[in-house]
Amino acid sequence: MEKIFRNLSLSSASLVFIILIGIFITLFLASKDAINEFGIGFITNPNWNKEISIEIDAKSSNETIKNSKVNEIEDFNLESDLFSDEDDIMIDDEDDIIIDEDDMLFNEDIKTTFTDYGALVPIVGTILTTLIALIFALPIAMGIAVFLSEIAPKNIAYPIGIAIELLAAIPSIIFGMWGLYYFAPIIADLVGGYQVSLLTAGLVLGVMILPFMAAITRDSMNTTPDVLKESAYAMGATKFEVIKDIIFPYSKVGIIGSIILALGRALGETMAVAFLIGSIFALPTAINSPTISIPVAMANNFGEASGLGESSLFYLALILFVISFTIISIAKLYFLKKAS
Amino acid sequence: MKKMLTIALASAITATTIYASDIIKGSGASFPYSVYQKWIKAYNKETGIKIDYIKKGSSKGIKDAKARSVDFAGTDKPLSPKALKAAGLYQFPAVVGAITMGYNLPDVKDLKLSRKAIVAIAAGKVKFWDDKVIAQANPGVKLPHKALTFVHRADGSGTTYNFTYFLSKASKGWRKAYGAKKALSWPGNQHIGGKTNSGVAALLKQTAYSVGYIDYADAKNNDIKMASVENRAGNYIVPTLKSFQAAAAKAKLDPKKDFYSIIADPKGADSYPMVAATFILVPSEKPEINKDITKFYRWCYTDAQEIAKSLGFVPLPKELITKIETYWDTKGIK
Repeated sequence: MEKIFRNLSLSSASLVFIILIGIFITLFLASKDAINEFGIGFITNPNWNKEISIEIDAKSSNETIKNSKVNEIEDFNLESDLFSDEDDIMIDDEDDIIIDEDDMLFNEDIKTTFTDYGALVPIVGTILTTLIALIFALPIAMGIAVFLSEIAPKNIAYPIGIAIELLAAIPSIIFGMWGLYYFAPIIADLVGGYQVSLLTAGLVLGVMILPFMAAITRDSMNTTPDVLKESAYAMGATKFEVIKDIIFPYSKVGIIGSIILALGRALGETMAVAFLIGSIFALPTAINSPTISIPVAMANNFGEASGLGESSLFYLALILFVISFTIISIAKLYFLKKAS
Repeated sequence: MKKMLTIALASAITATTIYASDIIKGSGASFPYSVYQKWIKAYNKETGIKIDYIKKGSSKGIKDAKARSVDFAGTDKPLSPKALKAAGLYQFPAVVGAITMGYNLPDVKDLKLSRKAIVAIAAGKVKFWDDKVIAQANPGVKLPHKALTFVHRADGSGTTYNFTYFLSKASKGWRKAYGAKKALSWPGNQHIGGKTNSGVAALLKQTAYSVGYIDYADAKNNDIKMASVENRAGNYIVPTLKSFQAAAAKAKLDPKKDFYSIIADPKGADSYPMVAATFILVPSEKPEINKDITKFYRWCYTDAQEIAKSLGFVPLPKELITKIETYWDTKGIK
């Protein structure tokens, strides 16, 4: 019996590990094309799905195409480029339109353009939205937790505590719809600029991670032994001093844990952010300009992606995997160790 | 003996019920998804036949059809006869849809957009609403000196493909620089992306001084103002079912070429330019299931026209339906 129990729990624990490694391997294999094509430069390349013309020599093989001079397509001149009536034949001729890679399957024509993909914009977008969310949510969550565990009387703390936990149960799509239809116009009125932006996405994300942080912090604050608090009060400490010098140091581990958990959710949040971030592949120039995050880029483009584009999305997924893994490991190993 | 009979009967019944409960599986294009969905529901109510259509995107639909993992596939981009032959597929058009230019300009009604203006807006070259490329087509309309925001789809979609296809037909420069794609990195810095057609609709409604492309049904349901668009003949055409029908009638869909043709930007003085046909692919070696599928589409073409119209899709013109019927006949899938 003991043995069975032991093996059972061992296999459940190792299952997670196997799944984790399995996901990593799948992501790696699926993104191999993109990794071969773009290498590590993918991370610092701000282009996404951008056509770049290639100068092809008559004899060039695939290898030389990659190394040959690559030009960004020049801005075109509107005036001279509009089709006129004499161009009727041109209009009907469809062979020179740039189309998606997989649609070319039966087209033996040599491609004159090359589609470039890079991850810089989504990476920056992901990190910035997460930062905004944390900056917004952290003080509020601390305030809620202190109020609930120390200041509020029991009969008020209880319903508020339930309300906060309920907030955590709201599906993210609802935050997305609410954010788009009601919150975004308010933000645009206050700050100006577009309704969907880095700021809007970050703030709604902040509201979403708020309950996690508040609930865990409150619980860990509640574990402060009464003896400690009472001794402090007996020494003549005020409420503020007790909270500052007794409760916060005591519940530090819990607070850091709550931040890690919230970070995990904020980095990977997809649905709500997809509605609110504006979804354009451009580096944000201001806090209220639209951009894109990694999960949003994946959710938006997977449906119609193919070939190199699909592989690039897997590459993005791999990067997100590594980012969240690194951040959370650092937080766990460094801060938690330091705190305890 | 009696026992054997009952067993035989029972197995026959189970066999037929299994056959009857067979679901016809389809996947592919997302542009016509709303109308397929309603058709399938109504057809199921009338006949009890179950059809499943999953929107995966045209390219995944084509892949599925080639791999024979579905019974039929929808695609916004028709395959050439050569490609069809290689993959052993038949192809026929299903329905015609239209894309409109929705705009949010307080105090301006009946905006007209020339082809040049639409290309310029999409290319991020129009900074303000009173830019001369827009003003030229709108004499007498007082356009505000406000920054223009272009709203586009953030997710890959057939709507974007058909819109950019129109742009490629309207402008050489666009064709060379961006082409017709399901998702692209839009140029300029005055644009925002909305997720799905409803996301675009919300952004258009809530962002003053914005303009964007959106399918007709979503624009209409959300009371978004739609601009008249200049067609090939140089006339400005109001987006209505009638003008879409005029466009569909001009489409050169030839059964000899497996209907291989993209109908965007048709000729004709009253044709609305931004229209798109969407197609169905069926594997050639399964005539039995294909007959069920063609039966479904025949019903869609004729009995279910009102459903299509209610969603802003255009039922195929009569002559075309006859052509499709003959095509089915010659392929033995009628």
